[in-house]
Order: sequence, then C-alpha cells, then structure tokens
Amino acid sequence: MSAGICNPVLDLRNVSMAFDKPSGAALSVFSNVSLALRDGEILGLLGRSGSGKSTLLRIAGGLIKPTGGQVWYRGQLLDGPSEGIAVVFQTFALFPWLTVLENVAVGLDALGIDRAEAYRRSHTAIDLIGLDGFQSAYPRELSGGMRQRVGFARAIVTDPTVLLMDEPFSALDVLTSETLRTDFLDLWAGRQLTTKSALLVTHNIDEAVLMCDRILVLASNPGRIAAEIQVTLARPHDRLDSGFQGIVDEIYSTLTSRSLESIVAHRQPHGGAPQPLPRVSVNQISGFIEKFIAPPYLGRAELATLADALALQVDDLFPTAEALHILEFAELIGKSLKLTAAGRVFAQDDTEGRKRLFREHLLRFVPLATHIHRILDEREDHKAPRSRFEMELEDHLSHQEAEQTLRTVTGWGRYAELFGYDDKSRRFTFHATAP
Amino acid sequence: MEQHAQRLIGGVWQSRLPDWRDVAAIILVVAALLLVGTAGRQMVAPWIASEQAPISLAPAALPGYALRTTMRMLVALAASLVFTFTYATLAAKSRRAETVLIPLLDVLQSVPILGYLSFTVVFFVSLFPHSTLGPEGAAIFAIFTSQAWNMAFSFYQGLRTIPRDLDEASRAFRFSAWQRFWRLEVPFAMPGLIWNMMMSMSGGWFFVVASEAISVGKVQYTLPGIGSYVARAIADRDLGAIGWAILAMTVAIVLYDQLLFRPLVAWADKFRVEQTAAQVVPSSRVLNLFRQAPLFQPIGRSIGTVLQSVARARLALPVQTKRLHSWAPPRRLVDVLWYGLVLSAIAYSIATIVRIVGAELSWHDLAFAASNGVLTLLRVFVLIGLATLVWVPIGVAVGLRPRLSEKVQPVAQFLAAFPANLLFPVAVFLILHFHSAPRIWLSPLMILGTQWYILFNVIAGASAFPSELREAAASFRISGWRWWQKVILPGIFPYYVTGAITASGGAWNASIVSEAVSWGDTKLSADGLGAYIAQMTEAGDLPRIALGIAVMSVLVIATNRLLWRPLYALAERRTRLD
Repeated sequence: MSAGICNPVLDLRNVSMAFDKPSGAALSVFSNVSLALRDGEILGLLGRSGSGKSTLLRIAGGLIKPTGGQVWYRGQLLDGPSEGIAVVFQTFALFPWLTVLENVAVGLDALGIDRAEAYRRSHTAIDLIGLDGFQSAYPRELSGGMRQRVGFARAIVTDPTVLLMDEPFSALDVLTSETLRTDFLDLWAGRQLTTKSALLVTHNIDEAVLMCDRILVLASNPGRIAAEIQVTLARPHDRLDSGFQGIVDEIYSTLTSRSLESIVAHRQPHGGAPQPLPRVSVNQISGFIEKFIAPPYLGRAELATLADALALQVDDLFPTAEALHILEFAELIGKSLKLTAAGRVFAQDDTEGRKRLFREHLLRFVPLATHIHRILDEREDHKAPRSRFEMELEDHLSHQEAEQTLRTVTGWGRYAELFGYDDKSRRFTFHATAP
Repeated sequence: MEQHAQRLIGGVWQSRLPDWRDVAAIILVVAALLLVGTAGRQMVAPWIASEQAPISLAPAALPGYALRTTMRMLVALAASLVFTFTYATLAAKSRRAETVLIPLLDVLQSVPILGYLSFTVVFFVSLFPHSTLGPEGAAIFAIFTSQAWNMAFSFYQGLRTIPRDLDEASRAFRFSAWQRFWRLEVPFAMPGLIWNMMMSMSGGWFFVVASEAISVGKVQYTLPGIGSYVARAIADRDLGAIGWAILAMTVAIVLYDQLLFRPLVAWADKFRVEQTAAQVVPSSRVLNLFRQAPLFQPIGRSIGTVLQSVARARLALPVQTKRLHSWAPPRRLVDVLWYGLVLSAIAYSIATIVRIVGAELSWHDLAFAASNGVLTLLRVFVLIGLATLVWVPIGVAVGLRPRLSEKVQPVAQFLAAFPANLLFPVAVFLILHFHSAPRIWLSPLMILGTQWYILFNVIAGASAFPSELREAAASFRISGWRWWQKVILPGIFPYYVTGAITASGGAWNASIVSEAVSWGDTKLSADGLGAYIAQMTEAGDLPRIALGIAVMSVLVIATNRLLWRPLYALAERRTRLD
C-alpha cells in the first residue's frame, strides 16, 4: 500500500530538533526525519534512550514544536495539541488528587461536554478497559498496572483518531505489562476502539514485534531512521512463529551495525569528535563478562539470546556491549558478541590483575581517559577542574551526553586508579599509583 | 459511582433521620456565621480616637476579645490567599514580571513586620479616617505581611516545579488556562501552601497581638482584642489578668487548629503527589464529623459539584484568530521598555528616600543604628547557639522514640504558634522582682517563641532518620560523640537548618517588642536595634524608624545570604545519594 493512495493520518515531514548550546551553536538531536502514520496500523518507534524517539512522539502530539519541518494531521498543519490525538504516558501522568473516574473524565474537559455526559462516557471507557469497581479509588491506591489502565481509559474516552503511546509498559513488571499488552491488542483486534492508528514508542524489541505492523528503528548521533521493518505476521503475532524470531534478529543486526558505525566514527584519533561513553559501570562490565564466559555462552553468543537469558532490555544490553567493544574486551560482529583474548584474561584474573588490565585498556582505547590523565600529569599541582573537560566535551556532545560521558570516565578512572575525583571541589586529581 | 449505587439499591430516595453529628455540625456552622457577622459589623463601626471603648480587664470579656483577634487572623488569611494566587501566578507565568516580583518578595520576607507597623497604621487611618477600619486594616495588614510572602513563595515554587508528565498530560488534553489553574496548578501546590499557611499562622498570632495596641507619637490606637487586653494589663500591673489572657489565647489557638487547620491538612492529604500510600494519614475529627453527618453529605456533595463545575468550566477566550499577519512588537523592544520602567521606578524611589530621609538623618544616626544592629545580631547568634545546644539533643532523643514524639510534636508546634509576647510581662515582672540586668535577661525573650521551630524540626528530622542507618551504626558499635558526629547530626542537618532559619527570622522580628518592655510606668531597655525601632516608633520619628528597618533588613538579608543559604545548599547536597 503506497502512501500516495492512502493518505497518512499523521504525517511528519522533514522534522528536525535542535537545542541551543551555551557556545551558541545548535546541537542537533535529529534532523529531517519523516514518518507517516497510516490508517489502521500500529507503528513502532524503536530506539535506545537518547535517540529522540520520545521527542518525536511529542512532536507528533503537538506537545513540542519542532525546530524544523512540519506535522500534518488529517490534511491540516498541526499547531499544538489537537482534538483526536490522545497520549498515553510512560509515567501514567495521572492527577493524584482526582479519583479514577475524575481522571478519566479529565480527557473530556477540554471538549466542553456537560458533566453527566462526561461521566457516562467515562464509565463506558472504564468498563471497556477493565477498571470496573475502581471508579472512586485514588491513583495512589492502585497498582502500577491499574494506573496505566486509567491512563489508557483517559486516552480512549475522547474517541481519538490517533493514539500516541510513550513506552506505556516500561514502568511495569514483566507479567503486568504482558497482560496489559494482550488486553490492548484484544481491544485493537476486536475493533472496539474508534482509534484508526497508533504510534508506539519503545525500547523493547520483543514488544515492538509483538504489537506493531511496522517498525522504524532509530539511530542516534545524529538521530535518524536507520531502518524500516515490516511485520508481515498474521495477527495476533505469535512469539513461537518462526517469522517472529527472524524479525527480532533482523532488528538486532540493525542495532549492532549502528553501534559499530558510531564507535568507528569516533575512533579517529584527535581532531575527531570525542567519543560519547555509554552509562556503564565497572561492576556491570565485570558482571557481564563473568556471566558471558560461563556456559552455555563460553564467550560467544547472539545478542537476542543474551537479552532473553540475562533479562536485559535494549537499553541495558547495547550500552554494555558497546562499552566492552570500546575497551576491546569483546567484539560486536553482526548480531553477536564475542569476548576477545583480553576479555578472557580479565574474566579469569584476580582483583589486582583486573585493575591492571582495565587501566591498560582504558589508556589505550579511551582517548578521553588518556587526555585527563595527561593533563593531570602535566599540571604542577596535578589537579584539574571538571568544568574544563565538561566544556571541551560540550563542544561536540549535548549537555546530557557530556555529563554521562564524564560520569562514566570518572567511574572507570577511579576503578583503574588512573585518576581520582573530588566532588567537593569538583576537580580531578592525579592518582599517585598510576603508571 | 458509589452515590448512584446507594440510591439505586433502595430504588427510591430515602429520607434519613438526622443524628447528633448533624446537630453539632449545624451549631458549628451557625455560630461561625453569627460570629463573622457581628465581628464584621463591629469592625466597620465609626472610629473616634478619643472615644475608644476602654479595654475591660474582666476575664468575662476575654472570649469576645479572643474572637475579634481570631477574626483578624481569618481576614488576613483570606487576603493572603488572594495575594498568593495572583502575585505568584504572575511571577511564574511572565518572565518579565518574574525578574522584579521574586527579588521583591525575597526582600519583603526579610523586612521586620513590627518595624513598619507605625507606617501602615498612619496609612490605613488616613485611608479610612472616621472608621475603625483604619486601625483594623493596619492590624490585618500586619498579619497579612507575616503570611503572604512565604505563601506566595511556596505557590510560586509549586508552579515552577509541576512534574513534566502532568504538565504534558494537561496540555495533551488541551486544558484552558482556567482549567489548568484549578485542575493542575492549585492542587499540585496545595500541600506546600497549606504547610506554609500553618507556619505563617504561628507567626501571625505574634503579630496580631503586637499590632492591636500601638501608639505612634501622641496617638494611641487600641483595638479590642487579646493584645490590647495584655497592653492594658501591663499598664495596670495586673499579673492575674495576664494569666487569663494566656489561658484565652491557648484556647483560641487550640480551637483554631482543630477547627480550621486539622481539617485542612487532612483534606489536603489527597494532593500529595507521591504515589505511595503514607504511613501516617493526617486525620481530623471535625472533618470526619462533617463528612459523616448524613444531613451534610448532600450539602457537601452539592458544594463539591459546584466547585467541580467551576474547575471544569473552560472560561477560555474565544478561539484566537491566527496572529500570523498581525503585528507584534519585537521582544527586545518590549524588554527595553519594561526594564526602563522598572529602573525609573527604582530611581524615583531612591530620590524619594533621599529627599525625605536625607534631610533629617546624619551619618551619626546611621552609625548609631548600625552599632545597635550589631548588638542585636550578636544576641540572635548567641541565642540560636544556646537554643541549638539545648534543643538538638532533646529533639533527637524525642524524635528517635516514635511514641514520645507523637506526644511532644503537637506541643512543640503549639508552643511555636503561641504568641510569646503574652509571656513577656511575666518575664519582665520577674526581672524587676530579682533586680536582674535587663541587657542580659531581656535577651532570651527574643527567642522565647521561636526556639520551638528548632525543636520540632529536629524532632521531625530524627523521626525521619532511616532506621537502617541507625541499625548499621548500632551494629558497628558506633556510640558516644562519634555517633553524634558521624551519624545523627549529619542526618538531621537539613531539618535543623530549616528550623534555625525560621527561628532566627522570628528572633529578629521579636527583638522589636522584646528589647524594650514596660511594666506599669517602669520601662526597661536592653539596647539593640529592636529597642531603637521601638523607641523611635513611640516617638513617632518616621525617618529614624525607616533607618532602623533598613538596617535590620540589610542584616537579615546578609545573614540569610552569607550563612543560611550556603548551609542549606550544603545540607541539600550532602544528603542526596545520586
């Protein structure tokens, strides 16, 4: 089905988002992203944190104005939140001072519907979503799953054309989120909703394949759509279907190659942009390596298998894998991960040996660590303010990324005893035991 | 809905028999209406300075006086709420207004209220020359100023810290500005607002008592109330009457707390944003009474329905025409105009001050006021230090025993609310009796009323101290001085700082009534800035009162900026884990 025949319900054309940096230059989160939400589909936006997927959803909902490009909704330019577009939030966003019934009726407040009618419709939505009997409860009395049901009821009470869901299940435990997903899919399949199309933002690959008809994989730095994947399975999508696993694997490969691309792009020594480091602690690294070298993996496995076995989401797995790759303790190849010789030594070594090895690798493969170490070495008092490196990093990275990168390198440097950091004076200090 | 279910069960509307709760509730409501009505009528009675009704020292007159005093508190509270909703909203919504309003509020908070009472009395009397509304207005204004600033601050903070998801939800559902205000902003800011209202209310009693009987120059203004009763008792050297006044005040404060604030706090509990259920849910017998009384349920429900409809009403401007082609002035130009206006207002104020004050004051006056200021500053520090030494250990001991702190906490809060100036005459009587040195023995009066803030904040801190940390300390056998130094003192530090800030602010204000006191014809003075302001007020010397206030404001602001804020920031940074 081409977009030419069937007009998209919601159409984002060449939207860009950029933030102003203190230096005056604009830092791009993503630029020229186009996506169309078609009639009758659930479209998935999959990406890691920082890829701008939630920002895209907010642009689609008119909550954020893009710095470039346009959003068209049913043939009209979207200018702020509009009737017919409803949002379900990751954190539920319920008003704590309103009861379940009132929270649902809030969705109708803006429509100027009279009270009795508003309550009648709210009751219907509450019935539909399985909240019967909880009308007079306050959100704080409900479990997470029930709270998100209120979030859904509040969204569908307005009979929206488009439903925007921002990681709606990620704050819930595994069982609850599965129940909620299934319930939603049942409603969707049973055509009990007036909603024509839905946009689902998620970082859970399995969830995306289970729920969506089409998945857009977002890459970060700079944000863009890296791949579009059609889910051509019969509804309801079945995890045991051979096609299901194939699509999951395809997504993993896409994400891996994006990770590698970004690491390679930042490897150019000096002159190139500094490498953003993932938020991974030394504990996570050594814990992961220890699990990874043990049977059944013996230092080599497919990422999809690891994600399932270690109960890691994309948001945890890929950063850890990337950190291992950056430090050359493991290598990302295709859709799998393999420990290097150094990684195997690290796994077997004692505490002191690990520290030594980590220090070596940190100095060799993480230019930022080398840089900090050299500056401290050159300075008379062997001290350097954190702000200095912060500023250097912020020339190329967003404030958030720079902050995260510094946090990571501080943690790694402390573990390796390469340098210390004093939070009171906010200064890096030279560690005497370093080579 | 539950209500529907209830009615459907019987199928017909069932009439319910009134029970005792209805009677009690009716009595409360009727009495409240009557009291408001009569007190209100008396407030607008004609005012003739020479023909003021003399204050009677008969104990039987006290309930009436207490009522008048309480009424002033209520009116001031209402005024403070109106001020809060407008001023803070404006500051939070407009960038330009914010740059002026917030620093202004910050300074206003630090100006000693009793200092400018003499100005406001003159102003209000000239505003309503032949009516009691003049002095009434001044007294109410004094209470208003003791409440409004920090209420507005807390509301402003609330508006600025609205959680992102709730903000996005209300935008996604396209609330109008009116709906947003009542549905999101006011409820979100409510817990902080009520807490600040209670805090201000404690201060309010102090100021209402102090502002009821005041003389500026030759003119004496006396409003019927507990404060005037005490003033008369002091003039008559009647210690027994003072005992009665203390009793009446105690009853008034307890009633006020039980009838107004407890229900408010219990009701406001639902506005807490934390999604976990609290262990201790505030409850109020009076609120339960009204909620459970059968007769009042439909009434409460209809009030609720009306309020809800008000909050649901959009009240939005008619659909805004697209402003694409209409001309809007460039931001820069508006900025320049706005700041130009602000600067000229400041310049005009400076000119006025120089013109009025400069003609009368010399550098010598400034030096004199400043040296007095240093003396008071010293007193405040020494007294806060002493209060800390006494109340921190006691507060910790109480706070770590949940059962004890349950009993002590309300008492400490009551003591903080009790206007200490009612107790001054007793202290003065003792000083005279034992011929003690006023410069030393008058000093503790400053902190008599405000030391309790340290106590109840420390108790709150110690009860909130994680029991796991206590157990950890116990299992590592940390005890004695090291326990204080490493475990509990850092744990309660943020709470202590909060209490100490309030206590020192209150002490400055109290210095104006505590450094210069009298008993009959005998006058005692401890020197210091408070005594200076009090004496100038009595002399009706407006430029020197202004000087005293200015010096005090500067000292208060300086200690806040140089001592308390850095301490507060440190406390906040140290107790965070992330």
